[in-house]
Amino acid sequence: MTPRVTSTRLAPAGVDSAPATGRLTIGVLALQGDVREHLRAVAADDVTALAVRRPAELAQVDALVVPGGESTTMSNLAVAFELLEPIRARIAAGMPVYGSCAGMIMLAETVLDGRLDQRSFGGIDMVVRRNAFGRQVDSFETSLSVSGIAGEPFHAVFIRAPWVESVGPGVEVLARVEGGPADGRIVAVRQGNLLATAFHPELTGDLRVHRFFVDLVRAAR
Amino acid sequence: MTTEPTTENATGTGTARVKRGMAEMLKGGVIMDVVTAEQAKIAEDAGAVAVMALERVPADIRAQGGVARMSDPDLIDGIIGAVSIPVMAKARIGHFVEAQVLQSLGVDYVDESEVLTPADYANHIDKWQFTVPFVCGATNLGEALRRITEGAAMIRSKGEAGTGDVSNATTHMRKIRAEIRQLTAMAPDELFVAAKELQAPYELVAEIARTGKLPVVLFTAGGIATPADAAMMMQLGAEGVFVGSGIFKSGDPAKRAAAIVKATTFHDDPDVLAKVSRGLGEAMVGINVDDIPEPHRLAERGW
Repeated sequence: MTPRVTSTRLAPAGVDSAPATGRLTIGVLALQGDVREHLRAVAADDVTALAVRRPAELAQVDALVVPGGESTTMSNLAVAFELLEPIRARIAAGMPVYGSCAGMIMLAETVLDGRLDQRSFGGIDMVVRRNAFGRQVDSFETSLSVSGIAGEPFHAVFIRAPWVESVGPGVEVLARVEGGPADGRIVAVRQGNLLATAFHPELTGDLRVHRFFVDLVRAAR
Repeated sequence: MTTEPTTENATGTGTARVKRGMAEMLKGGVIMDVVTAEQAKIAEDAGAVAVMALERVPADIRAQGGVARMSDPDLIDGIIGAVSIPVMAKARIGHFVEAQVLQSLGVDYVDESEVLTPADYANHIDKWQFTVPFVCGATNLGEALRRITEGAAMIRSKGEAGTGDVSNATTHMRKIRAEIRQLTAMAPDELFVAAKELQAPYELVAEIARTGKLPVVLFTAGGIATPADAAMMMQLGAEGVFVGSGIFKSGDPAKRAAAIVKATTFHDDPDVLAKVSRGLGEAMVGINVDDIPEPHRLAERGW
Protein backbone atom coordinates (compact mmCIF):
# COMPACT_ATOMS: atom_id res chain seq x y z
CA MET A 1 0.00 0.00 0.00
CA THR A 2 1.30 3.44 -0.90
CA PRO A 3 2.00 5.60 2.12
CA ARG A 4 -0.44 8.48 2.29
CA VAL A 5 -0.01 11.98 3.57
CA THR A 6 -2.18 12.71 6.55
CA SER A 7 -5.29 14.61 5.59
CA THR A 8 -6.17 17.62 7.69
CA ARG A 9 -9.69 17.73 6.28
CA LEU A 10 -10.73 14.91 8.59
CA ALA A 11 -9.40 16.43 11.79
CA PRO A 12 -11.58 15.75 14.81
CA ALA A 13 -13.97 18.50 15.80
CA GLY A 14 -12.45 21.12 18.04
CA VAL A 15 -8.91 20.28 17.00
CA ASP A 16 -6.79 22.81 15.16
CA SER A 17 -6.57 21.41 11.66
CA ALA A 18 -3.10 22.86 10.95
CA PRO A 19 -0.79 19.85 10.94
CA ALA A 20 2.01 19.85 13.44
CA THR A 21 5.36 19.14 11.89
CA GLY A 22 7.70 16.26 12.61
CA ARG A 23 7.64 12.51 12.23
CA LEU A 24 5.39 10.36 14.35
CA THR A 25 6.03 6.81 15.42
CA ILE A 26 2.84 4.85 15.92
CA GLY A 27 3.09 1.38 17.39
CA VAL A 28 0.81 -1.58 16.75
CA LEU A 29 0.60 -4.04 19.63
CA ALA A 30 1.93 -7.21 17.99
CA LEU A 31 1.22 -9.96 20.51
CA GLN A 32 -1.46 -11.49 18.28
CA GLY A 33 -4.05 -10.44 15.70
CA ASP A 34 -4.24 -8.50 12.42
CA VAL A 35 -1.10 -6.50 13.13
CA ARG A 36 0.05 -6.19 9.51
CA GLU A 37 -3.20 -4.58 8.36
CA HIS A 38 -2.96 -1.89 11.05
CA LEU A 39 0.74 -1.27 10.35
CA ARG A 40 -0.17 -0.64 6.71
CA ALA A 41 -3.13 1.52 7.62
CA VAL A 42 -1.17 3.93 9.85
CA ALA A 43 2.06 4.09 7.83
CA ALA A 44 2.44 7.32 5.87
CA ASP A 45 5.15 9.63 4.56
CA ASP A 46 5.41 11.22 7.98
CA VAL A 47 4.37 8.27 10.16
CA THR A 48 6.61 5.33 11.04
CA ALA A 49 4.64 2.22 11.97
CA LEU A 50 6.31 -0.05 14.53
CA ALA A 51 5.30 -3.49 15.80
CA VAL A 52 5.36 -3.49 19.62
CA ARG A 53 5.98 -6.69 21.59
CA ARG A 54 8.40 -5.45 24.26
CA PRO A 55 8.56 -2.58 26.77
CA ALA A 56 11.60 -1.17 24.91
CA GLU A 57 9.53 -0.89 21.72
CA LEU A 58 6.65 0.70 23.59
CA ALA A 59 9.04 3.37 24.83
CA GLN A 60 9.75 4.42 21.21
CA VAL A 61 6.18 5.14 20.16
CA ASP A 62 4.10 8.31 20.32
CA ALA A 63 0.87 6.35 20.15
CA LEU A 64 -0.39 2.78 20.02
CA VAL A 65 -2.93 0.78 18.01
CA VAL A 66 -4.35 -2.35 19.64
CA PRO A 67 -5.41 -4.59 16.74
CA GLY A 68 -8.23 -7.02 16.17
CA GLY A 69 -7.61 -10.51 17.46
CA GLU A 70 -8.43 -12.61 20.49
CA SER A 71 -8.59 -10.40 23.59
CA THR A 72 -8.02 -13.28 26.04
CA THR A 73 -4.78 -14.18 24.22
CA MET A 74 -3.63 -10.55 24.18
CA SER A 75 -4.41 -10.22 27.87
CA ASN A 76 -2.49 -13.40 28.67
CA LEU A 77 0.59 -12.35 26.66
CA ALA A 78 0.51 -8.72 27.84
CA VAL A 79 0.78 -9.98 31.42
CA ALA A 80 3.39 -12.65 30.62
CA PHE A 81 5.66 -10.25 28.70
CA GLU A 82 5.26 -7.36 31.14
CA LEU A 83 3.44 -4.95 28.87
CA LEU A 84 0.21 -4.54 30.84
CA GLU A 85 1.47 -2.09 33.47
CA PRO A 86 3.73 -0.08 31.11
CA ILE A 87 0.83 0.41 28.68
CA ARG A 88 -1.50 1.40 31.52
CA ALA A 89 1.10 3.90 32.71
CA ARG A 90 1.48 5.38 29.22
CA ILE A 91 -2.31 5.67 28.87
CA ALA A 92 -2.46 7.43 32.24
CA ALA A 93 0.25 9.79 30.98
CA GLY A 94 -1.86 10.69 27.93
CA MET A 95 -0.56 8.42 25.16
CA PRO A 96 -3.16 8.21 22.36
CA VAL A 97 -4.43 4.67 21.73
CA TYR A 98 -6.80 3.32 19.11
CA GLY A 99 -8.34 -0.12 19.56
CA SER A 100 -10.38 -2.09 17.01
CA CYS A 101 -12.58 -5.01 18.12
CA ALA A 102 -10.33 -6.89 20.59
CA GLY A 103 -8.54 -3.56 20.95
CA MET A 104 -11.82 -1.96 22.07
CA ILE A 105 -12.15 -4.67 24.73
CA MET A 106 -8.58 -3.98 25.88
CA LEU A 107 -9.42 -0.27 26.35
CA ALA A 108 -12.59 -0.90 28.36
CA GLU A 109 -12.66 -0.26 32.10
CA THR A 110 -15.24 -3.06 32.42
CA VAL A 111 -15.56 -6.20 30.25
CA LEU A 112 -18.65 -8.44 30.28
CA ASP A 113 -18.61 -12.08 29.12
CA GLY A 114 -14.84 -12.17 29.44
CA ARG A 115 -12.68 -14.60 31.37
CA LEU A 116 -12.44 -14.00 35.12
CA ASP A 117 -8.69 -13.48 34.85
CA GLN A 118 -8.94 -11.31 31.73
CA ARG A 119 -7.09 -8.01 32.11
CA SER A 120 -7.59 -4.89 30.05
CA PHE A 121 -5.50 -1.75 29.74
CA GLY A 122 -8.60 0.28 30.52
CA GLY A 123 -8.71 4.02 30.01
CA ILE A 124 -12.16 4.41 28.44
CA ASP A 125 -14.97 4.64 30.97
CA MET A 126 -17.23 2.11 29.28
CA VAL A 127 -18.72 -1.33 29.73
CA VAL A 128 -17.98 -3.59 26.74
CA ARG A 129 -19.63 -6.93 26.06
CA ARG A 130 -17.43 -9.51 24.31
CA ASN A 131 -18.86 -11.42 21.31
CA ALA A 132 -22.02 -9.35 21.80
CA PHE A 133 -23.36 -9.87 18.28
CA GLY A 134 -23.06 -13.65 18.53
CA ARG A 135 -20.83 -16.28 16.99
CA GLN A 136 -18.97 -16.18 13.66
CA VAL A 137 -22.09 -17.05 11.64
CA ASP A 138 -23.52 -13.74 12.95
CA SER A 139 -20.49 -11.70 11.81
CA PHE A 140 -21.59 -9.08 9.28
CA GLU A 141 -20.83 -6.02 7.19
CA THR A 142 -22.89 -2.85 7.17
CA SER A 143 -22.66 0.89 6.62
CA LEU A 144 -22.87 3.46 9.39
CA SER A 145 -22.00 7.08 9.96
CA VAL A 146 -19.13 7.91 12.29
CA SER A 147 -19.16 11.28 14.01
CA GLY A 148 -16.08 13.27 12.96
CA ILE A 149 -15.51 11.23 9.79
CA ALA A 150 -16.55 13.33 6.80
CA GLY A 151 -17.89 11.98 3.53
CA GLU A 152 -19.91 8.91 2.69
CA PRO A 153 -21.03 6.43 5.38
CA PHE A 154 -18.30 4.14 6.70
CA HIS A 155 -18.36 0.50 5.60
CA ALA A 156 -17.97 -1.41 8.85
CA VAL A 157 -16.91 -5.06 9.20
CA PHE A 158 -17.96 -6.76 12.46
CA ILE A 159 -16.30 -10.11 13.28
CA ARG A 160 -17.40 -11.81 16.52
CA ALA A 161 -17.45 -8.20 17.60
CA PRO A 162 -18.07 -6.59 20.97
CA TRP A 163 -20.44 -3.70 21.53
CA VAL A 164 -20.49 -0.97 24.16
CA GLU A 165 -23.21 -1.53 26.74
CA SER A 166 -22.84 1.83 28.45
CA VAL A 167 -20.48 4.78 28.67
CA GLY A 168 -19.51 7.16 31.44
CA PRO A 169 -20.00 10.94 31.25
CA GLY A 170 -16.61 11.73 29.68
CA VAL A 171 -17.08 9.40 26.71
CA GLU A 172 -18.21 10.63 23.30
CA VAL A 173 -20.27 8.15 21.28
CA LEU A 174 -19.09 8.29 17.65
CA ALA A 175 -21.18 5.57 15.99
CA ARG A 176 -24.09 3.25 16.55
CA VAL A 177 -25.41 0.30 14.56
CA GLU A 178 -28.09 1.53 12.16
CA GLY A 179 -30.92 -0.97 11.73
CA GLY A 180 -31.16 -4.73 12.26
CA PRO A 181 -31.47 -6.62 15.54
CA ALA A 182 -28.66 -4.63 17.18
CA ASP A 183 -30.05 -1.26 16.09
CA GLY A 184 -28.71 1.58 18.22
CA ARG A 185 -25.87 -0.35 19.85
CA ILE A 186 -22.75 1.77 20.44
CA VAL A 187 -19.82 0.64 18.26
CA ALA A 188 -17.39 3.57 18.23
CA VAL A 189 -16.33 5.84 21.09
CA ARG A 190 -13.73 8.40 22.05
CA GLN A 191 -12.55 9.58 25.42
CA GLY A 192 -9.80 12.18 25.22
CA ASN A 193 -6.87 10.60 23.38
CA LEU A 194 -8.42 7.14 23.35
CA LEU A 195 -10.44 5.90 20.38
CA ALA A 196 -12.17 2.53 19.95
CA THR A 197 -14.28 0.83 17.28
CA ALA A 198 -16.03 -2.53 17.49
CA PHE A 199 -15.48 -2.92 13.74
CA HIS A 200 -12.36 -3.35 11.60
CA PRO A 201 -11.53 -0.37 9.35
CA GLU A 202 -8.16 -2.02 8.68
CA LEU A 203 -9.89 -4.70 6.59
CA THR A 204 -11.62 -2.42 4.10
CA GLY A 205 -8.92 -0.14 2.70
CA ASP A 206 -10.92 2.90 3.86
CA LEU A 207 -8.32 4.68 5.98
CA ARG A 208 -10.50 7.49 7.34
CA VAL A 209 -10.62 6.14 10.90
CA HIS A 210 -6.84 5.64 10.97
CA ARG A 211 -6.29 9.16 9.63
CA PHE A 212 -8.67 10.50 12.25
CA PHE A 213 -6.48 8.76 14.83
CA VAL A 214 -3.23 10.07 13.34
CA ASP A 215 -4.66 13.60 13.45
CA LEU A 216 -5.62 13.01 17.06
CA VAL A 217 -2.05 11.86 17.80
CA ARG A 218 -0.63 14.97 16.13
CA ALA A 219 -2.96 17.23 18.07
CA ALA A 220 -1.98 15.50 21.33
CA ARG A 221 1.71 16.23 20.86
CA MET B 1 -23.63 -15.29 0.42
CA THR B 2 -23.15 -17.87 -2.25
CA THR B 3 -21.02 -16.08 -4.79
CA GLU B 4 -17.35 -15.46 -5.20
CA PRO B 5 -15.84 -12.37 -3.59
CA THR B 6 -15.84 -9.08 -5.40
CA THR B 7 -14.21 -5.79 -4.55
CA GLU B 8 -17.65 -4.32 -3.85
CA ASN B 9 -18.64 -3.65 -0.27
CA ALA B 10 -21.16 -6.41 0.46
CA THR B 11 -23.51 -6.22 3.41
CA GLY B 12 -24.96 -8.88 5.69
CA THR B 13 -23.60 -12.11 7.16
CA GLY B 14 -21.46 -14.82 5.58
CA THR B 15 -19.62 -12.52 3.18
CA ALA B 16 -16.18 -13.47 1.90
CA ARG B 17 -14.76 -10.55 3.88
CA VAL B 18 -16.15 -11.63 7.25
CA LYS B 19 -15.11 -15.24 6.58
CA ARG B 20 -11.56 -14.33 5.56
CA GLY B 21 -11.45 -11.55 8.16
CA MET B 22 -12.16 -14.03 10.94
CA ALA B 23 -8.96 -15.87 10.01
CA GLU B 24 -7.06 -12.56 9.94
CA MET B 25 -8.00 -12.14 13.61
CA LEU B 26 -6.45 -15.51 14.46
CA LYS B 27 -3.05 -14.56 13.04
CA GLY B 28 -0.05 -14.93 15.30
CA GLY B 29 -2.05 -17.35 17.39
CA VAL B 30 -2.28 -21.05 18.20
CA ILE B 31 -5.35 -23.21 17.55
CA MET B 32 -5.38 -26.36 19.68
CA ASP B 33 -7.09 -29.73 19.18
CA VAL B 34 -9.23 -30.64 22.20
CA VAL B 35 -11.44 -33.64 22.88
CA THR B 36 -13.14 -32.55 26.12
CA ALA B 37 -14.44 -29.34 27.72
CA GLU B 38 -11.66 -29.63 30.33
CA GLN B 39 -9.01 -29.67 27.63
CA ALA B 40 -10.69 -26.69 25.96
CA LYS B 41 -10.40 -24.74 29.21
CA ILE B 42 -6.72 -25.67 29.53
CA ALA B 43 -6.18 -24.42 25.97
CA GLU B 44 -7.99 -21.14 26.65
CA ASP B 45 -6.05 -20.69 29.92
CA ALA B 46 -2.82 -21.12 27.96
CA GLY B 47 -3.73 -18.36 25.50
CA ALA B 48 -5.05 -20.33 22.51
CA VAL B 49 -6.87 -18.12 19.97
CA ALA B 50 -9.31 -20.94 19.18
CA VAL B 51 -9.87 -24.63 19.81
CA MET B 52 -10.61 -27.45 17.39
CA ALA B 53 -13.26 -29.72 18.90
CA LEU B 54 -12.90 -33.37 17.93
CA GLU B 55 -13.58 -36.82 19.30
CA ARG B 56 -10.09 -38.22 18.97
CA VAL B 57 -6.82 -36.40 18.33
CA PRO B 58 -5.07 -37.47 15.12
CA ALA B 59 -2.56 -39.67 16.99
CA ASP B 60 -5.45 -41.75 18.34
CA ILE B 61 -7.27 -41.83 15.00
CA ARG B 62 -4.05 -43.17 13.53
CA ALA B 63 -3.56 -45.73 16.32
CA GLN B 64 -7.15 -46.93 16.48
CA GLY B 65 -7.94 -46.95 12.78
CA GLY B 66 -11.47 -47.28 11.44
CA VAL B 67 -13.58 -44.56 9.84
CA ALA B 68 -13.10 -41.16 11.48
CA ARG B 69 -16.13 -38.86 11.29
CA MET B 70 -17.51 -35.55 12.55
CA SER B 71 -17.73 -35.38 16.36
CA ASP B 72 -20.90 -35.94 18.38
CA PRO B 73 -22.87 -32.66 18.61
CA ASP B 74 -23.07 -33.08 22.41
CA LEU B 75 -19.30 -33.00 22.59
CA ILE B 76 -19.13 -29.89 20.39
CA ASP B 77 -21.88 -28.18 22.41
CA GLY B 78 -20.01 -28.96 25.62
CA ILE B 79 -16.84 -27.37 24.28
CA ILE B 80 -18.71 -24.32 22.90
CA GLY B 81 -20.23 -23.89 26.35
CA ALA B 82 -16.92 -24.22 28.17
CA VAL B 83 -14.87 -21.47 26.47
CA SER B 84 -15.33 -17.94 25.16
CA ILE B 85 -12.78 -18.22 22.34
CA PRO B 86 -13.79 -19.43 18.84
CA VAL B 87 -14.54 -23.13 18.41
CA MET B 88 -13.72 -24.97 15.19
CA ALA B 89 -14.74 -28.50 14.24
CA LYS B 90 -13.85 -30.98 11.51
CA ALA B 91 -16.00 -32.33 8.70
CA ARG B 92 -14.94 -35.12 6.35
CA ILE B 93 -13.67 -34.07 2.91
CA GLY B 94 -16.74 -33.72 0.67
CA HIS B 95 -19.23 -34.36 3.49
CA PHE B 96 -21.39 -31.28 3.04
CA VAL B 97 -24.05 -32.55 5.44
CA GLU B 98 -21.58 -32.84 8.31
CA ALA B 99 -20.69 -29.22 7.49
CA GLN B 100 -24.37 -28.24 7.55
CA VAL B 101 -24.70 -29.83 11.00
CA LEU B 102 -21.60 -28.03 12.27
CA GLN B 103 -22.93 -24.70 10.98
CA SER B 104 -26.22 -25.39 12.75
CA LEU B 105 -24.33 -26.03 16.01
CA GLY B 106 -22.78 -22.58 15.77
CA VAL B 107 -19.14 -23.57 15.31
CA ASP B 108 -17.02 -20.61 14.21
CA TYR B 109 -14.96 -22.40 11.54
CA VAL B 110 -15.25 -25.77 9.79
CA ASP B 111 -12.07 -27.68 8.97
CA GLU B 112 -12.70 -29.84 5.89
CA SER B 113 -10.03 -32.20 7.04
CA GLU B 114 -7.93 -35.03 5.67
CA VAL B 115 -7.51 -36.21 9.27
CA LEU B 116 -11.04 -37.65 9.01
CA THR B 117 -11.87 -40.35 6.47
CA PRO B 118 -12.93 -38.71 3.17
CA ALA B 119 -16.62 -38.97 2.31
CA ASP B 120 -16.17 -38.14 -1.38
CA TYR B 121 -13.10 -39.09 -3.38
CA ALA B 122 -13.95 -36.74 -6.26
CA ASN B 123 -15.45 -33.55 -4.85
CA HIS B 124 -14.70 -31.26 -1.95
CA ILE B 125 -17.50 -29.30 -0.26
CA ASP B 126 -18.87 -26.28 -2.17
CA LYS B 127 -17.95 -23.92 0.62
CA TRP B 128 -19.58 -20.86 -0.99
CA GLN B 129 -22.94 -22.33 0.04
CA PHE B 130 -22.24 -21.79 3.74
CA THR B 131 -22.38 -18.86 6.17
CA VAL B 132 -19.74 -20.50 8.36
CA PRO B 133 -16.17 -20.15 7.02
CA PHE B 134 -13.93 -23.11 6.12
CA VAL B 135 -10.27 -23.90 6.54
CA CYS B 136 -8.72 -26.56 4.30
CA GLY B 137 -5.35 -28.30 4.17
CA ALA B 138 -2.90 -28.06 1.29
CA THR B 139 0.44 -29.60 0.41
CA ASN B 140 1.23 -27.22 -2.46
CA LEU B 141 0.03 -24.00 -4.07
CA GLY B 142 -2.25 -25.63 -6.66
CA GLU B 143 -4.13 -27.50 -3.95
CA ALA B 144 -4.44 -24.30 -1.87
CA LEU B 145 -5.83 -22.41 -4.88
CA ARG B 146 -8.36 -25.14 -5.69
CA ARG B 147 -9.63 -25.00 -2.10
CA ILE B 148 -9.86 -21.19 -2.25
CA THR B 149 -11.76 -21.49 -5.53
CA GLU B 150 -14.22 -23.78 -3.74
CA GLY B 151 -14.67 -21.12 -1.06
CA ALA B 152 -12.08 -21.88 1.63
CA ALA B 153 -11.46 -18.72 3.68
CA MET B 154 -8.26 -19.99 5.31
CA ILE B 155 -5.54 -22.47 4.30
CA ARG B 156 -3.27 -24.59 6.46
CA SER B 157 -0.41 -26.83 5.49
CA LYS B 158 -1.39 -30.48 5.89
CA GLY B 159 1.81 -31.77 7.35
CA GLU B 160 1.37 -35.32 8.61
CA ALA B 161 -1.11 -35.16 11.47
CA GLY B 162 -0.74 -37.30 14.58
CA THR B 163 2.96 -37.98 14.16
CA GLY B 164 4.80 -35.28 16.10
CA ASP B 165 7.10 -35.24 13.06
CA VAL B 166 7.25 -31.71 11.68
CA SER B 167 9.07 -32.61 8.46
CA ASN B 168 6.00 -32.75 6.21
CA ALA B 169 4.64 -29.45 7.51
CA THR B 170 8.03 -27.97 6.67
CA THR B 171 7.92 -29.45 3.18
CA HIS B 172 4.41 -28.14 2.55
CA MET B 173 5.08 -24.64 3.87
CA ARG B 174 8.30 -24.35 1.87
CA LYS B 175 6.56 -25.67 -1.25
CA ILE B 176 3.62 -23.25 -1.03
CA ARG B 177 5.85 -20.27 -0.33
CA ALA B 178 8.33 -21.22 -3.07
CA GLU B 179 5.58 -21.62 -5.65
CA ILE B 180 4.21 -18.18 -4.70
CA ARG B 181 7.68 -16.65 -5.13
CA GLN B 182 8.02 -18.31 -8.53
CA LEU B 183 4.75 -16.77 -9.70
CA THR B 184 5.87 -13.29 -8.66
CA ALA B 185 8.95 -13.65 -10.86
CA MET B 186 7.09 -14.76 -13.98
CA ALA B 187 6.40 -12.70 -17.08
CA PRO B 188 2.68 -11.97 -17.57
CA ASP B 189 2.47 -14.28 -20.60
CA GLU B 190 3.88 -17.18 -18.53
CA LEU B 191 1.04 -17.03 -16.02
CA PHE B 192 -1.40 -18.73 -18.39
CA VAL B 193 0.68 -21.91 -18.44
CA ALA B 194 1.37 -21.54 -14.72
CA ALA B 195 -2.39 -21.59 -14.10
CA LYS B 196 -2.73 -24.70 -16.25
CA GLU B 197 0.07 -26.46 -14.38
CA LEU B 198 -1.27 -25.43 -10.98
CA GLN B 199 -4.74 -26.57 -12.07
CA ALA B 200 -6.11 -23.33 -10.68
CA PRO B 201 -8.08 -20.41 -12.17
CA TYR B 202 -5.98 -17.91 -14.10
CA GLU B 203 -7.48 -14.90 -12.25
CA LEU B 204 -6.38 -16.28 -8.88
CA VAL B 205 -2.91 -17.13 -10.20
CA ALA B 206 -2.52 -13.63 -11.67
CA GLU B 207 -3.64 -12.09 -8.36
CA ILE B 208 -1.00 -14.03 -6.44
CA ALA B 209 1.68 -13.13 -8.98
CA ARG B 210 0.76 -9.48 -8.33
CA THR B 211 0.40 -9.54 -4.53
CA GLY B 212 2.95 -12.22 -3.59
CA LYS B 213 0.60 -13.82 -1.09
CA LEU B 214 -2.49 -15.97 -0.87
CA PRO B 215 -5.76 -14.01 -0.70
CA VAL B 216 -6.50 -15.84 2.56
CA VAL B 217 -4.54 -16.49 5.74
CA LEU B 218 -2.01 -19.35 5.68
CA PHE B 219 -1.49 -21.36 8.89
CA THR B 220 0.63 -24.43 9.47
CA ALA B 221 -0.52 -27.79 10.81
CA GLY B 222 0.54 -31.40 11.05
CA GLY B 223 3.23 -32.68 13.38
CA ILE B 224 3.97 -29.53 15.44
CA ALA B 225 5.00 -30.76 18.91
CA THR B 226 7.41 -28.22 20.44
CA PRO B 227 7.78 -24.44 20.81
CA ALA B 228 10.72 -24.61 18.40
CA ASP B 229 8.56 -26.45 15.83
CA ALA B 230 5.94 -23.69 16.00
CA ALA B 231 8.57 -20.95 15.77
CA MET B 232 10.27 -22.59 12.79
CA MET B 233 6.98 -22.76 10.90
CA MET B 234 6.35 -19.08 11.66
CA GLN B 235 9.83 -18.19 10.41
CA LEU B 236 9.06 -20.18 7.26
CA GLY B 237 6.08 -17.89 6.63
CA ALA B 238 3.14 -19.43 8.46
CA GLU B 239 0.78 -16.80 9.87
CA GLY B 240 -0.28 -18.99 12.80
CA VAL B 241 -0.20 -22.55 14.09
CA PHE B 242 -2.53 -25.49 14.56
CA VAL B 243 -1.37 -27.99 17.16
CA GLY B 244 -3.17 -31.30 17.12
CA SER B 245 -1.90 -34.20 19.19
CA GLY B 246 1.26 -32.36 20.25
CA ILE B 247 -0.23 -30.77 23.37
CA PHE B 248 -2.58 -33.27 24.96
CA LYS B 249 -0.37 -36.27 24.09
CA SER B 250 2.53 -34.69 25.99
CA GLY B 251 3.57 -34.95 29.63
CA ASP B 252 2.44 -31.48 30.79
CA PRO B 253 -0.22 -30.14 28.40
CA ALA B 254 -0.91 -26.83 30.21
CA LYS B 255 2.74 -25.87 30.32
CA ARG B 256 3.47 -26.99 26.77
CA ALA B 257 0.39 -25.18 25.44
CA ALA B 258 1.43 -21.90 27.08
CA ALA B 259 4.99 -22.34 25.80
CA ILE B 260 3.84 -22.89 22.20
CA VAL B 261 1.63 -19.76 22.40
CA LYS B 262 4.60 -17.68 23.55
CA ALA B 263 6.91 -19.24 20.98
CA THR B 264 4.46 -18.37 18.19
CA THR B 265 4.35 -14.68 19.16
CA PHE B 266 8.12 -14.46 19.73
CA HIS B 267 9.01 -16.85 16.91
CA ASP B 268 11.98 -14.69 15.87
CA ASP B 269 13.47 -14.25 19.36
CA PRO B 270 15.76 -17.18 20.29
CA ASP B 271 16.13 -15.92 23.88
CA VAL B 272 12.40 -16.19 24.47
CA LEU B 273 12.32 -19.55 22.66
CA ALA B 274 15.09 -20.91 24.88
CA LYS B 275 13.28 -19.74 27.99
CA VAL B 276 9.89 -21.21 27.10
CA SER B 277 11.39 -24.51 25.89
CA ARG B 278 12.72 -25.39 29.38
CA GLY B 279 11.14 -27.96 31.66
CA LEU B 280 8.17 -28.92 29.51
CA GLY B 281 8.31 -32.62 30.37
CA GLU B 282 7.89 -35.34 27.78
CA ALA B 283 6.96 -34.33 24.24
CA MET B 284 4.55 -36.65 22.44
CA VAL B 285 6.41 -39.82 21.51
CA GLY B 286 5.88 -39.43 17.80
CA ILE B 287 6.23 -41.50 14.68
CA ASN B 288 8.62 -40.82 11.81
CA VAL B 289 6.58 -40.09 8.70
CA ASP B 290 8.90 -42.40 6.74
CA ASP B 291 7.83 -45.33 8.94
CA ILE B 292 4.18 -44.90 7.93
CA PRO B 293 3.24 -46.90 4.83
CA GLU B 294 2.07 -44.50 2.13
CA PRO B 295 -1.58 -45.63 2.09
CA HIS B 296 -1.81 -44.58 5.74
CA ARG B 297 -0.45 -41.09 5.23
CA LEU B 298 -3.19 -38.53 5.82
CA ALA B 299 -1.58 -35.82 3.68
CA GLU B 300 -2.27 -37.94 0.59
CA ARG B 301 -5.99 -37.45 1.17
CA GLY B 302 -7.48 -34.57 -0.82
CA TRP B 303 -6.23 -33.38 -4.16
